[in-house]
Amino acid sequence: MDKRITPGDAIAELRDGMTLGIGGWGARRKPMALVRELLRSPVKDLTLVSYGGPDVGMLCAARKIRKLVFGFVSLDVIPLEPHFRRAREKGEIEVMELDEGMLQWGLRAAAMRLPFLPTRVGLACDVERLNPDLKTVRSPYADGELLLAMPALELDVALCHVNQCDARGNSQILGPDPFFDDLFCRAARRAYVSCERVVPTGELWKAGPPQTIWMDRSLVTGVVELPGGAHPTSNAPDYGIDGEHLRTWAGAAREEGFADYRGRFVDLPSHAAYLEAVGGAERLAALPLPVF
Amino acid sequence: MPHTLAELCITAAAEAWRHDGEVLATGIGLVPRLAAGLAMLTFNRDLLMTDGEAFLVSEPVPVGPRQGYEPRIEGWMPYRRVFETLWQGRRHAMVGPTQIDRTGAANISCIGDHRRPRAQLLGVRGFPGNTIHHPNSFFVPSHSKRVFVEKVDMASSVGYDPARFRPGVRRDFVDLRLVVTNLAVLDFQGPDHTLRLASLHPGVGVDQVQEHTGFELALRDPLPTTPTPGAEALRLIREVLDPHDLRAGVFDA
Repeated sequence: MDKRITPGDAIAELRDGMTLGIGGWGARRKPMALVRELLRSPVKDLTLVSYGGPDVGMLCAARKIRKLVFGFVSLDVIPLEPHFRRAREKGEIEVMELDEGMLQWGLRAAAMRLPFLPTRVGLACDVERLNPDLKTVRSPYADGELLLAMPALELDVALCHVNQCDARGNSQILGPDPFFDDLFCRAARRAYVSCERVVPTGELWKAGPPQTIWMDRSLVTGVVELPGGAHPTSNAPDYGIDGEHLRTWAGAAREEGFADYRGRFVDLPSHAAYLEAVGGAERLAALPLPVF
Repeated sequence: MPHTLAELCITAAAEAWRHDGEVLATGIGLVPRLAAGLAMLTFNRDLLMTDGEAFLVSEPVPVGPRQGYEPRIEGWMPYRRVFETLWQGRRHAMVGPTQIDRTGAANISCIGDHRRPRAQLLGVRGFPGNTIHHPNSFFVPSHSKRVFVEKVDMASSVGYDPARFRPGVRRDFVDLRLVVTNLAVLDFQGPDHTLRLASLHPGVGVDQVQEHTGFELALRDPLPTTPTPGAEALRLIREVLDPHDLRAGVFDA
């Protein structure tokens, strides 16, 4: 079954009001080419679940987010994401602010088709106060501990970016951390995975052991080949974070700034045009891998 | 060469991990990271530490340009495994709060009304889970009333205020340890686990610390002076942990 599709095909599956999950973490391995495709579509009123980076900033700037489920939004090399900050400080988005681990637990619950998973994370601080819809549950055993029932975060669509896939959707992450991309895919009705390259199945385990194939093909609805598809975020080991571009993006958080940025980098006829606008594949390959 | 304030703070902060045994030491920010590294190289060689990304290392990775240094990788610690580790309690993190109150609740999320903040910061990150599961310490480079507030705008983390614990919520893993600032070292051994001034840095007076704190501090009695770093600690900081002297910029205005 050949699941290769275009970026437009993937984004065409989204509808107003959907719940969208985006994989990656901060300025690392975000499916930014797919996010830019989303910016070019009319879809809006999204509930977005993300370990936020420029994906959140861009969707805030484009006014496509009604509600954000998050634990943080950061550009790593720039600690605070200015477009997200503006949206929050103007009261433009609803938020469900959770501990990072609660977000993971919500994805796991959805992935296991459970209504919730118990945790003590979020209790005794303002996470419980500011999320009045979160409920508690008492342990039915002798301990009787009061726990927080983290509800399932069911996603309509998940978007992730990885190093390579085969045409059937087996998806391989060769960098140091898979983050929670597999959980995003499991928690979603449909998952679209972009990658640097689509390779024959037999090539996958030659690039890395089978343990690096984090999403088996049953979790993946569509595969989009997008070399440089995480830029300006990193995709180790292929390329690092583009700090210079992120500074340009951050600097666009002012009047007319986003319109300028869109014109230069988003409203382009193709991903190939974007890569050219940011310096080409050679520039990406030269971006040093992040050192923390 | 005499020690700097940064070197004094790194050495004081390292003490946080002295008796922890074989736990994951997480230092967020330069001084906490160097402090954890110093502890690992001296009095607590059993500490676990990462390279800041996803690999466990047998010795701290020097900060700044690596110049050929290869991390001594001993294991894998991706974020999913960090959660497993922290929920089990086998971690001690030192972090930098934007605000903190006398019961130890810290804020890194936002200033002002949560629905429409005056200043949006990071978000709660992992603070709620960290503070209800394992020991935590704090580093504050600029001790002021803006940081040490009567009440945090948003409690991103769990402290010792009993009013925040509903009946049946477990609080026995809450374990706030040190707060190291540019003026002093504080701990939570005041009445009902409130913030207590534990040592003054050389040349700093009690009144000075109190004037820069937005609530009344309990005082350790007697109140010692923060120890100055010994020769070995200074050598490790200067030659091994931070050879490019990134610590020189910590206390810039």
